[in-house]
Amino acid sequence: MSIPTKEGLGFGPAITFEDVWVGFDEGQVLRGVTFQVQERETLILLGETGTGKTLTLKMAAGLLAPDSGNVVVLGNEVSEMEEKELLAFRRKVGFVFQEGALFDSMTVGENVAYRLREDGTAEGEIEPRVREVLRFVELEHTMEQVPSELSGGMKRRVSIARALVNQPPVVLYDSPTAGLDPVTSQTIITLILRLRDVFGVTALLATHRLQDGFALANFHFDPETKRVVPNSQNGDAAAAANAARTRFLVYRDGDIYFEGEPEEIANSEDPYLKRFLV
Amino acid sequence: MADTPLQVTGRPTKQEETVSVAEVLGDAAKRAVASVQDYALLCGHAVANIFTSPHYVQDILEQMDFIGAGSLPIILLSGFFIGAVMVLQTGSQFIRFGQTSLTGDVVAIALVRELGPAFTGLLVTGRCATGIASELGSMLVTEQVDAMRAMGTDPSRKLVTPRLLAALLMVPLLTALMDFIGLLGGCAASVFSLRLSAVEFWRRAIDALDFADLMQGFTKPVVFGFILATIGCYKGLTVRGGTQGVGRATTSAAVVGSVLIIVADAFLTKLSLYLADKVF
Repeated sequence: MSIPTKEGLGFGPAITFEDVWVGFDEGQVLRGVTFQVQERETLILLGETGTGKTLTLKMAAGLLAPDSGNVVVLGNEVSEMEEKELLAFRRKVGFVFQEGALFDSMTVGENVAYRLREDGTAEGEIEPRVREVLRFVELEHTMEQVPSELSGGMKRRVSIARALVNQPPVVLYDSPTAGLDPVTSQTIITLILRLRDVFGVTALLATHRLQDGFALANFHFDPETKRVVPNSQNGDAAAAANAARTRFLVYRDGDIYFEGEPEEIANSEDPYLKRFLV
Repeated sequence: MADTPLQVTGRPTKQEETVSVAEVLGDAAKRAVASVQDYALLCGHAVANIFTSPHYVQDILEQMDFIGAGSLPIILLSGFFIGAVMVLQTGSQFIRFGQTSLTGDVVAIALVRELGPAFTGLLVTGRCATGIASELGSMLVTEQVDAMRAMGTDPSRKLVTPRLLAALLMVPLLTALMDFIGLLGGCAASVFSLRLSAVEFWRRAIDALDFADLMQGFTKPVVFGFILATIGCYKGLTVRGGTQGVGRATTSAAVVGSVLIIVADAFLTKLSLYLADKVF
């Protein structure tokens, strides 16, 4: 099966799924899925519960091997790697879990510092870096708190900080706004948007909320005013490039139902796609 | 599916439409074999990790505190009364023959060879294997184990090996304490109930023990420590079905751990007696 390529961005593919099949006792979940995410691109993975969004992210991180097919991330053939090699590879990929998955026996600071300590970073260097990344998610004051003392939204933000602390080139978001109120969801999306525009990370974002994808497609972070502004308010090339970096992929019954640009899905008359617009 | 030490292997992907009894039995047998294979892999990785870096010293110390210091009260309290009961039971028989002075011998041999290791193994399984299973199970269902793997940490090295090492070190020490406190309880019972001299009790108890008894008494807890730690970790890391699954895994860890300890005890006793006869 041939892999579609995205032209015009000038970057190579950061993530490639080629004819990926995966299933469990209950049956096949993904049936020959093929797609690519270009470097510095954000791919919004839409689909109903149980369509394989989280599985896709886990396969991209090497947490799960496909039954067949290839998964290539940052030039590494993840689907063929041994667990030992995967441990080293995963340090190049940030993963934001749906419920945060913070270590509940550690403080927020220890959670964020975990990866740095695993990498053998000097103790003197760890605290400034942890503070910096917690400041980025506006939670520096929670450093000594334990996860059980935080709200759901705060946990997600700490999870984002933890995924970012070693500045991975690829970040995988598993339903980062699921179960959150609209205001908190907006905070999380703003954070993801800043990450994309400040650090230029490649992202694969699984969600069932189309508005999350539109927010990423239609807004950008203005480094001068340090605010998130609509692309239409700033007609420069950077804003246009940001918009071009967001694409949509919709799963249905184990297959890719739709793959395309934000305006295509927004203008679609397809009844299944329209369900996500509600 | 994923070929990692922490995931059940060999899961079929085809849905069966009609199921016969033979197929059900066949599937159950396959699952049992897969479970044994996964357990063996988990044990193999955990042991291999002991000999390679990195080592999580802080985690090992924390687990030693949990398994060792945390189990002290139940070991001391149970040990004292186990020794006392042994004296009361054996003494009541020895009185009939006027040989109450033999209680020291019997209690020492029974405690050091058998009751000390077995009771320590069972008590620590009840307390720690269940604790390990529920802790790791909770981590698994809240994706903390996946988060650990996603950050480049081997959960086997970080979670299993420290618990295994702590159990291997602490269960023999707890057994030694159980033996001593048991003899102390036996001494108290023999003094107050059988009117024996404490000096006589201790002299006979110590004289009754030889090197083979001590070998037997301290080999068993090492094996029991291995069983309770690995079963606790295995049950915790193979939880299925959310929080309800954690509850099932906890119960299963206690049951499987205890049964395996009793079965291993029988084989180890036979082996120890054979070696004592041939070697010592």
